[in-house]
Amino acid sequence: MKTWSLVSICVLLGVVVRWGVSLNSYSGAGKPPMFGDYEAQRHWQEVTYNLPLQEWYFNTTDNDLNYWGLDYPPLTAYHSWICAYVAKIINPDWVELHKSRGYESPTHKLFMRTTVLVADLLIYIPAVVLYCLYLTDGSSKKKISTLLCFLLYPGLILTDYGHFQYNGVSLGFALWGILALGLGWDVSGSMAFSLALNYKQMELYHALPFFCYLMGKCIKAGPMGRGLFLLVRIAATVLATFALCWLPFLSDPSQALQVVRRIFPVARGLFEDKVANTWCSLNTLIKIRSILSGDSQLYLSLACTFLAVLPSSFRLLTKPTFWHFKLALVNSSLAFFLFSYQVHEKSILLAALPVCLLLNDLPLIAIWFLQASTFSMLPLFLKDGLLVPYVVTSLAFLFFSLYLLSALDHCSEDELRMGAYNKLLFFLPKMDLACVVRWKFYISVAVMAVLSIVSIALVPPPHLPDLFPVLVSTTAFLHFFGTFVYFNVVQFSEPPSRKSQKKNN
Amino acid sequence: MAARVDIGFWFPALALGVSFLKCLFINAYHSTDFEVHRNWLAITHSLPVSRWYHENTSEWTLDYPPLFAWFEFGLSHVAQHFDRNMLQVENLNYASPSTVLFQRLSVIFTDVVFIYAAKECCRCVQEQKGSRDVLNRPSFVLAVLLLWNFGLLIVDHIHFQYNGFLFGVLLLSVAKHLQSQHLQGALLFAILLNLKHIYLYVAPAYGIYLLRSYCFTQDNKDGSIRWMSFSPLRLLALGSIVVSVCALSFGPFIAMGQLPQVLSRLFPFKRGLCHAYWAPNIWALYNVLDKGLAVLGVRLKLLEEAELPRASMTGGLVQEFQHSVLLSVSPSATLVCTLLSILPAVASIWLRPCGARGFLRCLLLCALGSFMFGWHVHEKAVLIAILPLSILAVESREDARIFLVLTTTGHYSLFPLLFTPTERPVKVSLMLMFTIFSFTALRKLHSGQGPLLRPLEVVYLLGLVVVAIACEVVFPLSPWQQRLPFLPLLATSVYCSVGVCYSFLRLYVRLLQRDDKPKQL
Repeated sequence: MKTWSLVSICVLLGVVVRWGVSLNSYSGAGKPPMFGDYEAQRHWQEVTYNLPLQEWYFNTTDNDLNYWGLDYPPLTAYHSWICAYVAKIINPDWVELHKSRGYESPTHKLFMRTTVLVADLLIYIPAVVLYCLYLTDGSSKKKISTLLCFLLYPGLILTDYGHFQYNGVSLGFALWGILALGLGWDVSGSMAFSLALNYKQMELYHALPFFCYLMGKCIKAGPMGRGLFLLVRIAATVLATFALCWLPFLSDPSQALQVVRRIFPVARGLFEDKVANTWCSLNTLIKIRSILSGDSQLYLSLACTFLAVLPSSFRLLTKPTFWHFKLALVNSSLAFFLFSYQVHEKSILLAALPVCLLLNDLPLIAIWFLQASTFSMLPLFLKDGLLVPYVVTSLAFLFFSLYLLSALDHCSEDELRMGAYNKLLFFLPKMDLACVVRWKFYISVAVMAVLSIVSIALVPPPHLPDLFPVLVSTTAFLHFFGTFVYFNVVQFSEPPSRKSQKKNN
Repeated sequence: MAARVDIGFWFPALALGVSFLKCLFINAYHSTDFEVHRNWLAITHSLPVSRWYHENTSEWTLDYPPLFAWFEFGLSHVAQHFDRNMLQVENLNYASPSTVLFQRLSVIFTDVVFIYAAKECCRCVQEQKGSRDVLNRPSFVLAVLLLWNFGLLIVDHIHFQYNGFLFGVLLLSVAKHLQSQHLQGALLFAILLNLKHIYLYVAPAYGIYLLRSYCFTQDNKDGSIRWMSFSPLRLLALGSIVVSVCALSFGPFIAMGQLPQVLSRLFPFKRGLCHAYWAPNIWALYNVLDKGLAVLGVRLKLLEEAELPRASMTGGLVQEFQHSVLLSVSPSATLVCTLLSILPAVASIWLRPCGARGFLRCLLLCALGSFMFGWHVHEKAVLIAILPLSILAVESREDARIFLVLTTTGHYSLFPLLFTPTERPVKVSLMLMFTIFSFTALRKLHSGQGPLLRPLEVVYLLGLVVVAIACEVVFPLSPWQQRLPFLPLLATSVYCSVGVCYSFLRLYVRLLQRDDKPKQL
């Protein structure tokens, strides 16, 4: 079979699965007065279409910021504005000011779902296809298998097509940036990443690796001469992209300042809901929020995040290769997720994207992490009525990625890039690492399965209403923390040599 | 006969994958067939057997043979654990979330029969030596063509029916014949007939094949029949199998004296020549010819417009269709046409049996013949030909060619079944997926002597794309949408019927070519 036909079959399968998930409910369906993220997106269309651009981020009589006020950077707002124009043509009721609040109908759901699919088809899916075809090693069959697993990652599908968000856009832009950097087009890569940053501020999780990789590369090329020239070109591109995106808001400094204030809400506290990060998990033991003041919470999380990002960024700065870049993306996004301020459970997608990039290199760990990340959003999916798609896509992903990437056969010391460390820890009793890892994986999947079943089927005891969400988030946190340590270790060991990689394939 | 093919780990993977996909369609649109089956669950669960074929609270009365009713009876015992209310006959159009979940899951789980049958079929396929790559093995290609069949997916898991289970029994019986286990094959087919009587269409192929190749144990040297080798014991065995299955199914109703009532439910001849949406067969072409002549006649002042039957201008939306120029067709006329169309195929396996594959070919021609000429044919019936043809397609180049034309047109003709905009991306993507796979995989399988399709066939199939774009995209935006709402359906069925007719003729040509071969040898 030819590669193009297999690729198109994979993409079509990805589309079918996405659309299959989108037939289900969305967040806040039929739940007035606040509804959910679906209504937020629709409300932004209403606001951007009807109000002048100067009022988008301000609290006015026509724009109640307490009701899903815009809190994403300008590119999201422009996207809503374009969607609103299409919506206006189809049915003006969908975006009518004030009167369209909480508008729900099957046709409108179809329209909203279509906008997500269109954005995905234009940005995210092509980037995934190109990445798998050009930047992964191995036979064309292996590339196709990676592509299929990448496209079927359930976490992203369930949040975008079930819960309803446009993560595919920002992650897609980031992926375009990674793709361009991998192909050596540093300038266009930094432009794509700037677009991602301007779509969702959460892309800052990835910013440090981008910065360190490009900086390291410039330093390597010689701080004067070619390196400096590259640096200037990249800086100019980034500045120009930012300026273009913010152009309408730059005329008045108060405008830009208000946007920034909306994007970074410091006043909302260390964490909300049940997130699988350090603070929320620590909260079961120590009530940090009652011990520390708001400001010291902020500084504590800042310091921890900084310390957590530091090693991998430093390593990348000294060794700016694509392999280290991918690892640093994982490490940085995980560090931010685990330690930073005001994290949402959906932010784990930012760590999941770079882990997807490693599906081909470290299949078992990648699959393990991706499964845990989907699992960590279980309470959210249950709230949205996405039980069946959650079960189906998770099982399918687990089964097919393990089978297609033959992940369970590829977990020897070498293949897990742990050879050097085993020598270092010579005093430990000699064990078959592959066997240990495999058993850990089985146990962890069993735990996740049991917890999923328990939180679906059982009613929590009355004095502990949040028992299951807390158990879920703590379990997921342990997984994330383990993965974070592991990827840092891998980043500090020797990069895989070309030769051994060819042998493996 | 090839040795039994080893089925690797890929078969369960394919089966599991498609089952997961089916689960994603649980919340998709379902047609009135959903209510039909819910009503049958209720009837069989809450009423005594004697009332089953008399009950008419709902307009969707029980019109499948008794074994299917017993099947629903069995399902209803599981259903009561999901939602008891769906089992009340008075609860018309009841579709609570747990009812939907149960009904969808029942289709997905009974598809296990189909998966098993597909596995058995894959084991019968002749493998070429030397193809190590799994993707290029005939058994793999066949598994995908059967398990991931586009038509079956949308008809069963979106539109809602139990065809997967029924086709499973059919394919299993075909596989048993391919494995020379004729009695098992006959038993399965007898059960199938008592599950859904539409398979009567292919019964001639079974009857003649079993009589000729099983009851006569030997042939003369020139391939003609040796009358002396008739084995009464075998005929007796066959007969007792068929009679006992039918007795089991119809016996209670005969005992209660309800046979005429049951039969009147099974064979309603009150319906029109064509279904609401014309299946792509001869009658679609006939109707269009009639309409064309009528319009031409009015233009040329040969006919008075006032004299024409009113319904003729809304054809496609009204079940009754009166021909204005050509002769009106009666049910008996279609029966004669159908019998005439399958006669040569049946005669050929009597005169010159070509083993189980000859039988399979005859079965296909029976299925397609009745699809082409039958009374009130549903577009879904084309699957009876498409699924068995998959087996031949992976084995021979010529059959692969016919398969591609028939499958693509047949599957496209199913598009109007899902008319809701929400399901459009699913049907288009699934269709593209299946078509791309079947073209590239069969091409690779029969690589060698140039392209698989002839230029004219390629042009015809590309024309389908044009029709699809015209019907699904251009037409809804055009001003004709209001005046001629039936036009896309008409165009689809007429265009597809050309392809189906062509495939039917090609299959006949193949049969005759086969006939010549023994003479040359």
